[in-house]
Amino acid sequence: MAEENHMPADDMAVETADALVVAEDVRKSFGRLEVLKGIDLEVRRGEVMCVVGPSGSGKSTFLRCVNHLEKLTAGRLWVNGELMGYRQRRGRLYELRDSEIAAQRSDIGMVFQRFNLFPHLTVLGNIIEAPTQVKRTPKARATERAMELLDRVGLPDKANAYPEQLSGGQQQRVAIARALAMEPSLMLFDEPTSALDPELVGEVLDVMRDLARGGMTMVVVTHEMGFAREVGDSLVFMDDGAVVEAGTPAEVLSNPRHERTRAFLSKVIQ
Amino acid sequence: MTSPSASADGPGSKEATPDRPADPISAVPVRYPERWVAAGVVLVLAAMFVNMLLTNPAFNWPFMFEHMFSDPVVNGVWVTLSATVLSMVIGILLGIVLAVMRLSGNPVLVSVAWLYTWFFRGVPRLVLAVLFGNIAILYSTIHIGLPFDNYWMPMLGLEGDARFFEIDVRTLLSGYMAGLLALALSEGAYMAEIIRAGLQSVNKGQTEAAQALGMGRGKIMRRITLPQAMRVVIPPTGNETIAMLKDTALLAYVPVTIELFYQLQAIGTRTYQIFPMLVAACLWYLAITSVLMVGQYFIERRFSRSERGVENRIVGGTH
Repeated sequence: MAEENHMPADDMAVETADALVVAEDVRKSFGRLEVLKGIDLEVRRGEVMCVVGPSGSGKSTFLRCVNHLEKLTAGRLWVNGELMGYRQRRGRLYELRDSEIAAQRSDIGMVFQRFNLFPHLTVLGNIIEAPTQVKRTPKARATERAMELLDRVGLPDKANAYPEQLSGGQQQRVAIARALAMEPSLMLFDEPTSALDPELVGEVLDVMRDLARGGMTMVVVTHEMGFAREVGDSLVFMDDGAVVEAGTPAEVLSNPRHERTRAFLSKVIQ
Repeated sequence: MTSPSASADGPGSKEATPDRPADPISAVPVRYPERWVAAGVVLVLAAMFVNMLLTNPAFNWPFMFEHMFSDPVVNGVWVTLSATVLSMVIGILLGIVLAVMRLSGNPVLVSVAWLYTWFFRGVPRLVLAVLFGNIAILYSTIHIGLPFDNYWMPMLGLEGDARFFEIDVRTLLSGYMAGLLALALSEGAYMAEIIRAGLQSVNKGQTEAAQALGMGRGKIMRRITLPQAMRVVIPPTGNETIAMLKDTALLAYVPVTIELFYQLQAIGTRTYQIFPMLVAACLWYLAITSVLMVGQYFIERRFSRSERGVENRIVGGTH
């Protein structure tokens, strides 16, 4: 299926060979309120892109557009060469079926601000749910893989715990393991540390740093400027539904060109 | 009230408190004479009631105990139990379908589910029971085949009909089956509301997390949303089951002659011992509902497990 949708024949834009995510004039409105006002972005394979900006700037909405949790109002978004949510044929767009969108999403991991672990399943159950149900991986194989992942996020002894028995930081690390279990080619992080007590932020960032070192392509919406500077390959500053400034973290953080970026950074960095 | 020495040891003085154990308070409690009066009145009333139970000949206890466990009555208990279980099972399945229809977003399905609930919640069960008892007036036979064949077959110039086989309603939908259908269809409407509330109680983030993992709509419903809705759905379903057990008495008016209440009343009218048999009915229903309430207690305890788990929550991280 991936091959069939690869490079829509009559399409004008996109696809430098190593671009994993290509957003082109992405717009999103909720009723009259325009939340995204035309986002153009590219995320290369292996790149860690951090997206920062004041709350309400649309950064979370953009992230949710990437895996089609939100439908775009206008524009196009490709992941891995596939147009998200639509099939394009002879200049017309056709909506994909639920199952086709699900298949596209299975290649994109997402980590939420509020973890969203399944409370009725154990940690292990949470991690093997999608591999066994979506990919039809045999349970033994999925469990083996889940234990490797738990080891990687530093929770090898929590397999049989229920989410509510874990601290916020542990829950978020399980959520990362759960997303990784689908072996995605892209990971989306929606303010992964914003709901955590300050002393638990570090353990989650450690896991993410590890993941970045392993070459995972990541888009991270965050307020952690230290993480963005250290781990990020690129930094995007969004305000009022638009990209105000983008560049390497060093450039944007130490030498912001735009007044709005400067105002925001002065509030965030003490 | 306060003695002078106590005020000297009050909050201000620091030296006395840490090493000296506190004196236990010994004070004269406030008396409530009215409580004793109220308890006395209630006890006297209760004694009068028990006395009436034992001495009023209309109760005829020996007769009641002799007939309460006769074969047709015990058989009626089984009919009551089977009707309760079957109508609840059908009602719950129907409720799931209706609740999913209500939340589907498809305007046709939403309004059909709404109309169904409106009708079956608006008509008393007793009326439904009698109505279904007489449903054979409406359909004497049910044909299984393609719908509206009497219109489109002649239009296409075809002879005959598109009916494959037929069922005689008077044998199928009489007595027990008719009553069961009335109770089950009515229960479906109530269960739909309960299940809908349960489904809506599950956080939207759960669906999103499952979507993000690539799960499809049906799988999310079955594996993520429904199991979590159960915690909210189970307690009211227990109440519904107990209410249903009592409502099976309505089957007597379909009429279902093998049913418990019908049998007890029949013995009562036949022997002119109406009151003892009504008391027997009370005792039977009380006995069964009591057993169900104990069951409900344990089921509720099991399903609130995840809430109790919070107590032994482990705080902090392992590195």
